Amino acid sequence: MHNTAKERTLWSIGILVVLLYALIPVAWITSLSFKTPEEVADRKFFSGFSFDNYDVVFSDDTFIAALINSIGIAGIATLISIVLAAMAAYATSRLDFTGKTLILSGALAVAMFPPISIVGSLFEMWRAIGIYDTWIGLIIPYMTFTLPLAIYTLSAFFREIPWELEQAAQVDGATPFQAFRKIIVPLAAPGVFTAAILVFIFAWNDFIFANTLTSTDAARTVPAALAFFTGASQFEQPIGAIAAASVVVTIPIIIMVLIFQRRIVAGLTAGAVKG
Amino acid sequence: MEAATTPARTAPPPTKKRKTDRAKAERKLAWLLCAPAVIAMLLVTGYPIVYAFYLSLQKFDLRFPDDKEFVGLSNYADVLSSSTWWNDVLTTVLITVVSVSIELVLGMLIALVMHLAIFGRGPVRATILIPYGIVTVVAAFAWRYAFDPTSGFVFGLPLVPDDWQPLNTREGSLFVIIMAEVWKTTPFMALLLLAGLALVPDELHEAAKVDGASTLQRFFRITLPLMRPAILVALLFRTLDAFRIFDNIFIIQPGGALGTESVSILGYNVLINRVNLGLGSAISILIFLCVILIAVLFVKGLGTSTAQQRGET
Repeated sequence: MHNTAKERTLWSIGILVVLLYALIPVAWITSLSFKTPEEVADRKFFSGFSFDNYDVVFSDDTFIAALINSIGIAGIATLISIVLAAMAAYATSRLDFTGKTLILSGALAVAMFPPISIVGSLFEMWRAIGIYDTWIGLIIPYMTFTLPLAIYTLSAFFREIPWELEQAAQVDGATPFQAFRKIIVPLAAPGVFTAAILVFIFAWNDFIFANTLTSTDAARTVPAALAFFTGASQFEQPIGAIAAASVVVTIPIIIMVLIFQRRIVAGLTAGAVKG
Repeated sequence: MEAATTPARTAPPPTKKRKTDRAKAERKLAWLLCAPAVIAMLLVTGYPIVYAFYLSLQKFDLRFPDDKEFVGLSNYADVLSSSTWWNDVLTTVLITVVSVSIELVLGMLIALVMHLAIFGRGPVRATILIPYGIVTVVAAFAWRYAFDPTSGFVFGLPLVPDDWQPLNTREGSLFVIIMAEVWKTTPFMALLLLAGLALVPDELHEAAKVDGASTLQRFFRITLPLMRPAILVALLFRTLDAFRIFDNIFIIQPGGALGTESVSILGYNVLINRVNLGLGSAISILIFLCVILIAVLFVKGLGTSTAQQRGET
């Protein structure tokens, strides 16, 4: 009913505008990453195509260390929060007990927590017990946002699982473990995987904790390293190198988002709409 | 959603005693499963915030660690009587209100494009997730270099004066900061609104169309009122998030210079740069209270709106 030529053109324009909106800054930082300093100064959207900046960042020990820190810290934080949250989400979506809503609304409240409110005390506590500027010193505060997010998305996904199938399999002669492994795990895996991706993106994105609770290459993650990146001289902003490093940390996120977009959207909105 | 009901629970229990036993066991298991996550969340937020409150009652400057002493609420008095705090609150509120308002309108337009699109819905949804997924610091650099007179492509655009120095003025800097914030977070708003749009029944639109209502009338009289809860939830999430703004300002106008300092940047400057943990913790606690206040106001609004809707239907 919407298929008149005029309407098709109108929607095409609408879609084009949305695509441009999302892509222009990404294209811009990518273009900057391929520019030499002279080409940066020409202020054109596209100019030049050299890999010099990528050579610079990949031969920079600070950036390599930051990349390893980012992957390790975000990865471990994701693993821990998914395991803890999966247990809690199983309980809230399948078992009957008082306090269920309390746990879900508590998780929501924790998600709204302003990180700046605890960086001061963490800074003091971590220095006192000796985990300032370590992986574990970042993984712990990451739980403040990864756990609530994981609990919310996993509860939403688990509610959709037809749990009766487990009993049905047992009636058909499967052992409880077989029923769990052959029926429940395959049904739950996509949701768990999506939640893990979302949590990883959030941990990967963190700047405030990484900025305040680290001071060296030992634990500084990419966003914090980018903010403190200095060029050959104090007065020269290494724009090309920062852009190249930015592109490197953005590519994995874009790939994940594009592959799993449908499930990510479901995970993001399920909790909010039903709650 | 109630598919989760186990047959054991729906079947009539043989005796009352067995039912309570079973319920008890289920409750015990549930709490055992939830305990690790609940304890972890309490430890990582509850303990540090209590400790922050304790620190906020001390005179405690790491440059003079031996001068640590209990001073009661005097740090709060210092913060609340300083013009810096109130200016920063105003700046934060300004950034929050302007960016969330723009996001609501833009997000609604994007949600409508996706909802009504006759083709291309998948690619659009995938693409708008890119701003959402991208590291905030990276996006902030992209915007800063776009508006920096030494590198920015915006100066080649028509209507942009060649000698414009947006990052040298407060208004210009706030403009770039708000733009970066809006770009990054509108997709999230759009997705929440899209989920809300999907809940509006098509029959209502068809009925209104038969009665001769125009597209605009239908949007304002049917879609918007029915979406009120979804809109309020989206606004709640985004307002609390925008109020905590830190990354974009830190990169676009380092240190919150030129009057772009938000309350989070102020907290950072006092806690980490000036290592004044007593005064900084008072700021931390005040920000925490602001966030609670905003949340309470929204939850109240949400409560009345859902109550109204229940009354109507």
